[in-house]
Amino acid sequence: MSKMVPLPTNSIIPERDLDKIPVLETRHLGIDFGGLTAVDEFNLTIGRTEIAGLIGPNGAGKTTVFNLLTKVYQPTRGTILLDGKETSGMNTAQVNHAGIARTFQNIRLFSSLTVEENVKIGLHNQLRYSTLSGLLRLPSYWREEKIAHERALELLSIFHMENLADHRAGSLPYGAQRRLEIVRALATNPCLLLLDEPAAGMNPSETAELMENIIKIRDTFQIAIMLIEHDMNLVMGICEGICVLNYGRIIAKGTADEIKRNPVVIEAYLGKKKEG
Amino acid sequence: MTFLSYLINGISLGSVYAIIALGYTMVYGIAKMLNFAHGDVIMVGGYIAFCATSYLGLPSIAAVLLSMAVCTVLGVTIEGLAYRPLRSAPSLAVLITAIGVSYFLQNAALLIWGSAPKSFPSLVGLEPLRLFDGQLVITSEAVVTVIACIVIMVALTLFTGETKMGKAMRAVSEDKGAAQLMGINVNHTISITFAIGSALAAIAGVLLCSAYPVLLPTTGSMPGIKAFTAAVFGGIGSIPGAMIGGILLGIIEIFGKAYISTQLSDAIVFSVLIIVLLVKPTGLLGKAVNEKV
Repeated sequence: MSKMVPLPTNSIIPERDLDKIPVLETRHLGIDFGGLTAVDEFNLTIGRTEIAGLIGPNGAGKTTVFNLLTKVYQPTRGTILLDGKETSGMNTAQVNHAGIARTFQNIRLFSSLTVEENVKIGLHNQLRYSTLSGLLRLPSYWREEKIAHERALELLSIFHMENLADHRAGSLPYGAQRRLEIVRALATNPCLLLLDEPAAGMNPSETAELMENIIKIRDTFQIAIMLIEHDMNLVMGICEGICVLNYGRIIAKGTADEIKRNPVVIEAYLGKKKEG
Repeated sequence: MTFLSYLINGISLGSVYAIIALGYTMVYGIAKMLNFAHGDVIMVGGYIAFCATSYLGLPSIAAVLLSMAVCTVLGVTIEGLAYRPLRSAPSLAVLITAIGVSYFLQNAALLIWGSAPKSFPSLVGLEPLRLFDGQLVITSEAVVTVIACIVIMVALTLFTGETKMGKAMRAVSEDKGAAQLMGINVNHTISITFAIGSALAAIAGVLLCSAYPVLLPTTGSMPGIKAFTAAVFGGIGSIPGAMIGGILLGIIEIFGKAYISTQLSDAIVFSVLIIVLLVKPTGLLGKAVNEKV
């Protein structure tokens, strides 16, 4: 892991990413649902190749942040800069084209489609052939579909899942479905990958493998990864910058060591120490 | 020999139902809505083809193509103006809107073309097939209808199975939200679905009017309802289901007319639907959806 350095915006990013435009920068991001403020003053900068963690107690607003970044919810206030460009006015699909891909807390694969087809849905926007040449099976169709097929298998090979390509996604075991969600998100060619509780329901050895794979994905694709996770071994083990959310507000930012020692974080997780 | 000729009539009528049912089932499968205006798009298709041949003197093929083009534009416009703003509204609101659009199209047709029935010239106009020394006569309309139905079925299977738009449609049909997050333009995908469904409705309109040559502003409603029944019968959302449902419905209707009673034929058709749904609530090829609790 490279050294984390502070920015003037009160965030930290890895030293190696300093000379590049941050992949994500949010300023005063917030959303209200009716009178309830779910997320407020969310300021965060993520480096080009950083693995960032977003943690906090249940109901702190972590998934809401992901939904804001992907425009599932339109922010009430604040700006999101993706790769230095504002994403206001973009819809969910356009934000995906611009470079954000995500997985879901509760798995949302296209379960009646095959594993390979799920990955090809992620490749959808990279295929260049018209509907007509698809229907008439013109040469451009065969060429592009062959590329898609090879690309899909290549992506599946990250998790050694090539042999499952023809299985129905819904028939896979739980862990494999979680891995397939990551592959499908990667297929959309993101510069920022959002993982919502990737280790949920995994046993310790699966989690250890997942940690290695997250680092492998970052190194191979040279992308930034932001993850929400309750498994502290995973978060402290691979996240370079960690952001702690409580009641919709950031209560701490820092490296794993800093977060572990931060009294405000300890209080949010364990409650206040009784006086005397 | 009369049995065979009834069977062929049934298959031919059923093929028309099947083509219409495909429009219902695709729209339901992808947009999760019942487009009750679909039957009236058939009627518009019929009128456009009628005008193209009778007033403009276009050849049959050109008339069919023109009618398909107009219906495609019409279908996409209806979707964009009436259904898209209601995408996140309760399904009942969309259903009522669809019924409204249906009445709008019927009354617009009444205004433009009048209430007097138009006699539709057959666009097929070939010699009927005579088999077994003329004992069995198959009209050229029946032959063309069945061929059109098969071609459409094959084309749609090729389209939804292996092309990127087809895969996008299946993804949208399963989970709109997740599809959107994978970069799929859901509105565009739904528009394409309406375009295909409406183009098929135009073909169905021409075929229907060629076989039963009376054109009225209400021409589309009964076949529309029967095709909807066929889609439910076969399992709504399923393309082969719509095909099988349509053809079976056509056969049942013609046999009911021939062997039981002309007046009761519709009642027979709907009774069969009720019985099938009692035994298999998801329709013949429908998949049961298991909700996790």
